[in-house]
Formats: sequence, C-alpha cells, structure tokens
Amino acid sequence: MLAETTLVAGRRRLSAFGWRRPWLRAAALLTPPLAWFVLIYLLALVALFVSAFWSVNPFTTELEHHWNVDNFTQIFQDSTLRTIALRTIWMAAAVTLTDAVLALPIAYFMARLASPRLRAALFVAVLVPLWASYLARVYSWRLILQSDGVLNWTLAKAGLPSLGVGYSLWAMWIVFSYIWLPFMILPVFAAFERIPESMLEASADLGARAWTTTRRVVLPLALPGLVAGSIFTFSLTLGDFITPQLVGGGQQLIGNVVYSSVGIANNVPFAAAYACIPVAVMAVYLLIARRLGAFEAL
Amino acid sequence: MKRVIVVAAVIAVATLAAQAATAGRSSSGPPTSIGKGEGTLTMVAWEGYLQPQWVTPFEQQTGCQIQAKYAGSSDEMVTLMRQGGGGQYDMVSASGDASLRLIYGHDVAPVNVALVKPWKQFFPAFKSPPNNTVKGVHYGISLQFGPNVLMYDTKAVKTPPTSWAAIYDPKYKGEITVPDNPIQIADAALYLSKTQPSLGITDPYELTKPQFDATVALLKKQRPLVKKYWVYASDEEQLFKGGDAVIGAAWPQAESDLLAAHVPVASLIPKEGATSWLDTWMISAKAKHPNCAYKWLNYISTPKVQAEQAVSYPETPVNSLACPFMNKLKAGSCDKFHANEPLAYYRSLKFWKTPIADCGNGKDDCMDYTAWQQAWTEIKG
Repeated sequence: MLAETTLVAGRRRLSAFGWRRPWLRAAALLTPPLAWFVLIYLLALVALFVSAFWSVNPFTTELEHHWNVDNFTQIFQDSTLRTIALRTIWMAAAVTLTDAVLALPIAYFMARLASPRLRAALFVAVLVPLWASYLARVYSWRLILQSDGVLNWTLAKAGLPSLGVGYSLWAMWIVFSYIWLPFMILPVFAAFERIPESMLEASADLGARAWTTTRRVVLPLALPGLVAGSIFTFSLTLGDFITPQLVGGGQQLIGNVVYSSVGIANNVPFAAAYACIPVAVMAVYLLIARRLGAFEAL
Repeated sequence: MKRVIVVAAVIAVATLAAQAATAGRSSSGPPTSIGKGEGTLTMVAWEGYLQPQWVTPFEQQTGCQIQAKYAGSSDEMVTLMRQGGGGQYDMVSASGDASLRLIYGHDVAPVNVALVKPWKQFFPAFKSPPNNTVKGVHYGISLQFGPNVLMYDTKAVKTPPTSWAAIYDPKYKGEITVPDNPIQIADAALYLSKTQPSLGITDPYELTKPQFDATVALLKKQRPLVKKYWVYASDEEQLFKGGDAVIGAAWPQAESDLLAAHVPVASLIPKEGATSWLDTWMISAKAKHPNCAYKWLNYISTPKVQAEQAVSYPETPVNSLACPFMNKLKAGSCDKFHANEPLAYYRSLKFWKTPIADCGNGKDDCMDYTAWQQAWTEIKG
C-alpha cells in the first residue's frame, strides 16, 4: 500500500516536472522517432553518398577506399547510362501524367457527386488492389499483355488486330500507371473534398458557367492535391526495378542498373553514384512541389 | 598449488578449443577426415539443382538440412559468395565463368578429393579440369555439364534451323529471346568464328579489341530483334508458353519443362557448335558447416544421384558409372545426353570460362570480364 502511494506520488512528480519544462517533454516524445530517422534514414543516405566516391577492384570486386569521382565521370560520359536515366525520368513523367488524367474525374465524382454509399464502394474499389501483393498484380499483367494473353484474345474476339505490347516500354507504362493510380486518386479526392460549396455558388452567382468554374476555381484548388499525388507516382516509378524486369523487354531503368550493380556486379560504389540521380531529381521535384503548395494538401 | 593446476587446466582447454576451432579452416589446409554433420548446409545453386527427389534422402541420411538460394547468373553467384565478407553460404554450384574468379578471390577453400570416394569413378577429363583445379590444387568437385542449345517452337518455325544465324535473323524480329548474361557475348563470338574467319577468333572467351568490337556490333544489331532477355529459365518458359518467343538460346532444362507442359519445342546444337557449362560444387573459405559440405560432395557424386540430377535437369553427369542408372530412370537417356561418350562430346563444346586480359599470346591484349559486363549493359540499353 505504502509502496503504491510512493509510486503514484513519484509519477505525479515526474509529470509535474515535465509540465514545468515543456522542452524536456518534447525531447522525450521526439527522441525515439528522431533517432530512428537520423540513424536509419539520414545516415544511410550519407553512407550511400560517401561510398559513391570509392571504387572496387575489377577482378576480386573488393571495395577499395580511394577517393575519386570516376563513377560520376562514367555516368556523365557513358551515353547508355544517360539514355537509361532519361528514359526513367521520361517514364515517371508519363506515368504521372496518365494517373493525373485518370484520377481527376474519378476523384471529382467520388468527392462531389457520389452518394455516401456509392462513395464508400468506390473507396473500397480504389483501395482493394493495394491489399493484393505487388508481385501478384505485376505477374497478372504479364499474363494479360503477353502475345496469347487476355488482351489479344479479347481483341481477336472483337475482330481487331492484335497488339504487341507485351514485354515492352508500353507494358511498363501501363503497369506502372495501374499500380500507382490509388496513390494519385486519394490526395486529389482530399483536395476536391476540401473545396467549399460556397465558392462554387459564388462563382455561379458572378455569372461563371460550369466550365469556367471548373477551370478558374475547381482546378486551381485541386492543384495542390494533384501535385501531392504526383510526388508519389513520380518517385515510386523513379525507383522501381521489379516491373521493368518482369513486364519489360530488357530496356533498363535506373533501378535495374542499381540492382544489377549491387546484386550481380557487386559494385556498390557505382550503384551509389547512379542512385544519386533519382535523389537529385526528387529534390528538385519536391522544391517545385512545395512552391505549388503540395505539402498543404498531404 | 591448487591455483597452478586450475590455470594449467584452463590453458590446456583453451588451446584444445582453439585447435578444434581452426581445424576446419582453410588456413590449416583441407580437412583429412569428415566429422559429425553440423545439422545445416547453406547453398547457392542453379535453379533445378536441389530437387527434393535427391535432397530429401540426403537430409534424412545425414541430418544436414539444406537451405538454398537460387542464383540467376554466374555474376550473382560470385556476389552472393562474397557478400558480407563471405561465409553466409557454405557451398556454391559454380560454372566455369565463376569458378576461377572465386578461386583467385580466395572465396573458396581447397578440397581434399581423397575424402570424396566417388571422385575416382569420374571420367578422367573431369577429375582435375582447369576450371576448378589450379596448379594441382582442387577447389571443388565437378558436377555435371551441358550445352547452351538453340531452341525453337516447332509450330512457328517450320524448317528446323541448323545455324545460330537464326537468332540474328530479322525474319524473327520480336520473337527471339536470349539469356541476360554477359557470357552470352561468347555465343556471338563462336558464331563469328565460323562465319567470319577473317576476324581470326579461335577461342570465344579470348577476344582482342577488334574481335570484341565486331562481336558487340553483331549483338547490338540483334537487340531490336530480341523480345526479352531472360534471367531465370522459368522466364524463358513463360515467353515460349505465351507465344512471345519462337526461337532463342536456351538451357535443355527449359526444353524438357516446356515439353512436359505440352508446348511444341525442339532444340539442337547448331553446326557452329555451342558454348557450354561445366559446374563444380565448391566450398566457401569461411564455411560454417564443412562436415555437411563434404557429406554433400560424397552424396552428389555417387552414380545414382548423378543420374537422377542428369535426367531431371537434364544434363550430362561426370561419373562414368552413372549411365545404367540413367537408363533405368528413363530409357535411352544415357545415349541422349552423351553420358557414355563424354570425351568426344566434351571436345565439341566450348566450356564457359572467365575472360581475362592474359589470353596466352603474351600480350595481355584480350578484353577482360569487366569490359564484357560493361558491353553487355550497353547492348541491352
């Protein structure tokens, strides 16, 4: 009994101590996640950047700690590596654009037109694919797009000529666009939902027609959500290596070169140097996104 | 006095323990006897090399539970054996283009062949082949060998091809598949050695700069014809099943799998010959379960198990007594995979080996494997 009283009193004293010193309370709350963030995330990034300036022995593939910029020179001079980097950025942009075009009407319908019940059903429809394994979904696309696949079977039934999109850049584009679509729909939906009805009424009262309201009121207010979604679709495409390997025909993206540099050639320094490209691209992208107010819509 | 005895006892025990700990290490040479199994054996292997059919009996007999990791290429095998300072895996089924890299990189330990009894039954050519025996020291036990064949869909390709020219033929644009592996450059070099004798290619793994450039140019011309570069044999099988590829370079394993799935394919060794693998089970220099590893070497080299793997994969065993066991498993399989005449068959194949700068002409002017890897990235684009 006595011990319990002391314990309770001790707890009280501790909480009073924390209340009088708010900085201490904040520190106690933030230290574990911050330590995690710094140790696991930032240090890993620093280690990545540092190792990019080392090299490996070509025959034994052992790491050699001589500081040099050979890896970066190779990336800038090698036309194949440049092509792969540009192809990746281009693919990420195409996927982002496709997802934006697809997500806008769906998100608008869900946020402003659908009944609560239909909206819930649509939400489930958007989210359910995320419950299935990424690999299962990519493999099923391989079966759909292959020469004797569902796509060509359907086209043949409809009397149309067959499409040779399996194992190509087109296949990559289709699969990426499908897989990242929910990550675009959700932020755009959130942005649409936040637009007050009064603004649309005010726009109508001032004589704007539906299209003018959409163009001058709805779209600008949805833009932060669109940009927020594009951060997901763009960065996820930029780093992926599984989809190109499974549904692509051998055209590599940055992720494939990094993966094979580590897993096959055991050349971690070169992989680190090449992985700096998506990091740099994303840094620029995030700066632009911040200007467009994307972080307020997250 | 009592204290002195205790100290002496502690020192004696510590010394014994230290000796016991180093006994299995490569620093003190290969072991001279096989001890009790450690209960586990970790391996890096080719897909299809660790089938339950022969792995389960081994686990039951020895108590060594096998934990396997399949690798898609020789490069991946070398990397896996080196990752984390080595020692993550006890054994590797290394092909000729990986084994020398592992030996010179000190990643694998010398093997005492006296402890592997079936080794005496091997065909002479496979007892000490240059891909696993350096200066008389054995770094592993030969396993099986086989050719990289030309496979085609018999429904789509009406006249059977006879030459590797088929996989460079624009007629099959978008229907060709080849392995995603830098050693594939040797296949193109072998083809050029017969079709363009003026290049003077004698060994597809020893290419001077002009020979190498001509080979890479041929492969770059082939790039737009290729549907997909396959990593795993199962990827290639999917391409043939789905109708995306009708002709390509393949392992016999893909052919037997596809035939079992009723996909109409056939394969051949074209008139230019074929590149080929000869695999070796090697033991890591830092193996944690060396006794289980030696038990495995003994087991996998016996005629019966050699025959089981040869028929299942399919490939050619190195044990000269495997032939009757093969025929018992599948009538005629010994003849089909040339297990009774391996020397003549062996000579018709160009075995994988690591390309190095020194190719025996005293000039050190051949393209080394790093150049092959870089060229391969460039070819794929």
